[in-house]
Amino acid sequence: MSDMEEVEGPEGSGAPVPPHRVIGTPPPTPRLLGSGADDGGAADGHGAEVEPAEEKLPEVSDYPAHASNAEKIVAFCFVLAFIAGCGFIAAYIGLEVGSVDSVFRSNLALGLSLSVALVGLGFGALIWVRQLMPDVEMVEERHELRSSDADREAFDEYFVEGTAASQFVKRPMVRRTLLLATLPLAAIPIVVLRDMGPLPGTSLRHTVWSPGRRLLVYGTNQPITPAEFSAPGQSITIVPEGYTDDLDVLAKATVTLIKFRPGELQIPTVSNGGTLIGTMNWTVDNIVAYSRICTHVGCPVGLYEQTTHHLLCPCHQSTFDASTGATVIFGPAPRPLPQLPLTTDAQGYLVAKSDFTQPVGPSFWERG
Amino acid sequence: MSDTIDVPKALSGTGSWLDDRFHGARGLRVLMRKVFPDHWSFMLGEIALWSFVILLLTGTFLALFFVPSSAPVVYHGSYVKLNGLTMSQAYASTLNISFDVRAGLLMRQIHHWAADLFMAALIIHMLRIFFTGAYRKPREVNWLIGIGLFTLGLLEGLFGYSLPDDQLSGAGLRIFEGVLQGIPIVGTYLSFFLFGGPYPGDIIIPRLYIVHVLLIPGLILALITAHLFIMVHQKHTQMPGLGRTERNVVGQPFFPYFIAKGTAWFFFIFAALALLATFAQINPIWLYGPYSPVQISSASQPDFYMGILEGSLRMMPAWEWNFLGHTISFSVLIPFAVPLTVVLGGAAFWPFFEQWATGDRSYHNVLDRPRNAPIRTATGMAAVVFYGVLWAEGANDVIADYTQIPLYTVTWIARVLIFVGPAIAFYVTRRICIGLQRKDRELLEHGLETGIIRQLPDGEFIEVHRPLDEEERAPLEAKKVPALMPAPGSEDENGVPAPQAHGALGRARAIANRAFAETITLETNGHGNGHGNGHGPPEEHAEIGPGELPESSIPHSDPLLWHPHEEPPEQS
Repeated sequence: MSDMEEVEGPEGSGAPVPPHRVIGTPPPTPRLLGSGADDGGAADGHGAEVEPAEEKLPEVSDYPAHASNAEKIVAFCFVLAFIAGCGFIAAYIGLEVGSVDSVFRSNLALGLSLSVALVGLGFGALIWVRQLMPDVEMVEERHELRSSDADREAFDEYFVEGTAASQFVKRPMVRRTLLLATLPLAAIPIVVLRDMGPLPGTSLRHTVWSPGRRLLVYGTNQPITPAEFSAPGQSITIVPEGYTDDLDVLAKATVTLIKFRPGELQIPTVSNGGTLIGTMNWTVDNIVAYSRICTHVGCPVGLYEQTTHHLLCPCHQSTFDASTGATVIFGPAPRPLPQLPLTTDAQGYLVAKSDFTQPVGPSFWERG
Repeated sequence: MSDTIDVPKALSGTGSWLDDRFHGARGLRVLMRKVFPDHWSFMLGEIALWSFVILLLTGTFLALFFVPSSAPVVYHGSYVKLNGLTMSQAYASTLNISFDVRAGLLMRQIHHWAADLFMAALIIHMLRIFFTGAYRKPREVNWLIGIGLFTLGLLEGLFGYSLPDDQLSGAGLRIFEGVLQGIPIVGTYLSFFLFGGPYPGDIIIPRLYIVHVLLIPGLILALITAHLFIMVHQKHTQMPGLGRTERNVVGQPFFPYFIAKGTAWFFFIFAALALLATFAQINPIWLYGPYSPVQISSASQPDFYMGILEGSLRMMPAWEWNFLGHTISFSVLIPFAVPLTVVLGGAAFWPFFEQWATGDRSYHNVLDRPRNAPIRTATGMAAVVFYGVLWAEGANDVIADYTQIPLYTVTWIARVLIFVGPAIAFYVTRRICIGLQRKDRELLEHGLETGIIRQLPDGEFIEVHRPLDEEERAPLEAKKVPALMPAPGSEDENGVPAPQAHGALGRARAIANRAFAETITLETNGHGNGHGNGHGPPEEHAEIGPGELPESSIPHSDPLLWHPHEEPPEQS
C-alpha cells in the first residue's frame, strides 16, 4: 500500500474543503455478507492474489460541520417531491380531459407537479452527495488491457490445436459443403421479404386519368366548367372523378388547375422521344392542368404566386413557371411538372383528354 | 466500510444468500470502488442514456393507446374541429391520446422532446469525444458503436414521428419514398416492397410501428449495453491534471458517490423534459390535420436531426442523367448519400487515419486539450460547419422569412458556404489552437499576470507575474505531440529512401504526419529541439520580483513554432 500514488490536495489554492484522502488499511471483516456462516469455504485460497487496492472512505466524523443544515435541505427537497408526487396523482384523478382547454389545464397541472417532484428528487440527491457525503478523491490503478504473453501464447496454442483437431483446414470437402449449406440459409431472410409488396411493373408510368374522366374540385368533389373557372390568376386543386377518397390514386393523379389571362399562357410544344409532353392544344380557354406532384421527391407543389405565375414546392423550393409549361426555374426538381391534356365533355365540364403522356412524380430508375 | 456501521440482519442474510449462489461480492466489491473522473463534459453521454430510458418509459405508455393502422375511421372524439372527418386509426388514436387519455398529451410531449434531446446529446457527446481525442486506442470500437447508435437514432426518430400519420409527418414519409425511388436499379422495388404497393398504401404504418417499437430500440439497447460494458471494462478517460496519468483514474467511487450523482442527473433530465412538455408545445398534430397526399403546408420542417438531409435536398441543383433508358437522379442521390457519408463515415474513419498519420499505436487514457491537437480540432470544426450549413439550409425558407433575404439567395449562399465554410473553419481553428498553445507557453514561462504594477529603481514600470503552481501547471504540461516521421523523400546516409515515406501513400503519410506534429514547444515537455528539457523546479523561469523584465526573461524571442520542415531531432 505504501507505493500507492499519493495525490496531493490543492494546498494553498483556497479550496474550501480539500479532498480527503486516506491511504488504505486492510479491510475489516466484511459484515454485509455475514461472517461466512453457511459457506464453510472461508479457507479457499484462490483469488487471494488479485486483491484490489483498498482505499478507505473518510470516517463519518470528518463530515463538515454544516451537515445538519444540509440534512434539513435534503429532507425538504424530498418532502417537496413527495408533495408534488401526491399533487400529480390528485391532478390525474381530479382534472378531467376531453376538450382542448381541459387538456391544457390537465397538462399544466400534471407536468408541473411531475417536474417539481423530479426536481426535488434531483436536488435532494445532489445536495446529499455534495454536502453530506465527505469529499473524496480516489485513485484507481488501471489494469493492463493486453493479456499477458503467457495467456496470448496459450490462446494461440489452443486455437491451433483446436483447429487441427477439427480438421477444418485439412478437409476441404467438409469446409466447402458447410459454406455451401449456409448460402441459401443466408438468402432466406431476404427471399421471404418478397411478398411485402407487388412488383412495380409499369404502374408508376400511369395514373387513372383517361379520356373523358371529369376533373373534380378537391374538397367539394364537384365537376367544373371553364365558365365557372374564369377569374384569371385563379388556381384550384383537382382530383379525378371516381377516386376522390383513394389516397393511392391521389398521391399520383392530383392536378393543379390554373386560369390565365389571354396571351399570358404560352406553352411551347415539347416532345420527348416522339411523345408529345406539352402543348397549348391541351389547354381550354387559357386553363391549364399540371400534375401537383413534384418531380423532385413527390411533395404536392402547393404554392401558386399569381403575379409571377410561379408554382413553388414548399418542401425543397423547386420553382416552376406555370405560364411556360411548368418549366423549372429554381431548385432540385429535374424536369417540368407534367401537363394533363384537357378538353370539355358534352355537358361542358372539364375532362381529361387522356392520361399524362409521361410518368408523374419523382424520378425512378426505369423511368428513362 | 466502517466498523461502526451495523448491517441489518435482513440485508446481511440476503447478501450472504445471493453471494453463496452468484459469487456477486467479488465483482461488486470492485464495482463499488470503481472510480469515476469528475468533469462536466462526461455527463453529456449520460444525457443520451437517461433520455433513452425516458423514451422507453413514455413509449411503452403511448403504445398502450396507439393504434398502428391506416384503416380509415370517422372521427368523433373530443377535438371537435376535426369531428366527422375521415382519418386513419393511427391519427385518430393519437388525437385520442392527446385529448381523451389523462396524462396522454404530457407523455406524448415528453416522448417527443426526449427523442430530440437524445439526438442532441448524442451529437454533443460525440463532439466531446472527438475534440478531446477520447476515441483513440483502446476506445476505437466504442467510437464506432457510438456512430452506429447515432445512425439508428436517426432512423428511429424518422419512423417515430411518421407514425401519427398527420399532414407534416406524411410529407416526411412522401420525401422518404421519393428518395427511395431514386436509388438506382432497386429503388422502385424497395419502395413497392416497403409500402406494400403504390404509395402510401395501407400497411406502412404497422410496418414502421414494429420497426420503431421493437427492432430499432432492441438494436439501440444492445449497442448501449455493449457501449457501457466496454466503457466500464476499459475504464474512463480523464482530463489532464495533477496526479492523473495514463495508468490511473482519479475521481470518486461508484458507490455511493456516482450512484447518487447519476440518479440526481436522471431526475434533472427527466424534470427538464417534463418542464418542456408542460410549457413548450411540440408536434401539435391536431393542428396539422390528417395526412393527405394532396395537401402540404408551407415551412414544413422535420425534427432537427433530419435537418441535414432536408438541407442537402434543398441545396442540391437539379442534376439528372438519362442514359440507356434509365434515370439516375443525382439531385436526390447526392443529398441522400453524400453528407451523412462525409460526416459519419469520416468520423468512423478518423481514428484510423490519425493512427496512420501519427504512427501512434499507444494507449491514451489522458485526454488531449483540443488546442493541443490543432489538426484534429480544425478538422472537427470544419465538419461542424459543414453539418451546420446543411442543417441551416434545411430551414432556408424560415431563414429567408426572418432575414428578408430572398429565398434563392439564401440557397445560393448555402451552396457557396458548404465548400468555403469548412475551409475557413479549418484555417481559423488551427490558428486559434496554435495561438492558445503560445498562451500556454507564456503562462508556463512567465506565470499569471497579477495586476500588481511595480516601479523599478530606474523608473521603469513592470507588472508582477505569479508563477503557476503545480496544479495549474499540470494540465498545461500534459501536452503530447506525435513523433515526427522521416520527411518525404528523405534518405539515410547511404541514399536509401526512408521506407515509411516511400511511394505516393508514404508521401501523403509524411505530409499528414508533419501537419499533426506541428506544435508550440513548451520548455517543460521538451520536444527535444533546442533549449533544455526544463524538468527543474518551476521557479526557474518564473521569479516574482522587481528584477524580472518581461522582455529579458524570454530566453528565445522568436516564436517557437515547431517547423516540421526542420530536420527532426530524433532522426539522424
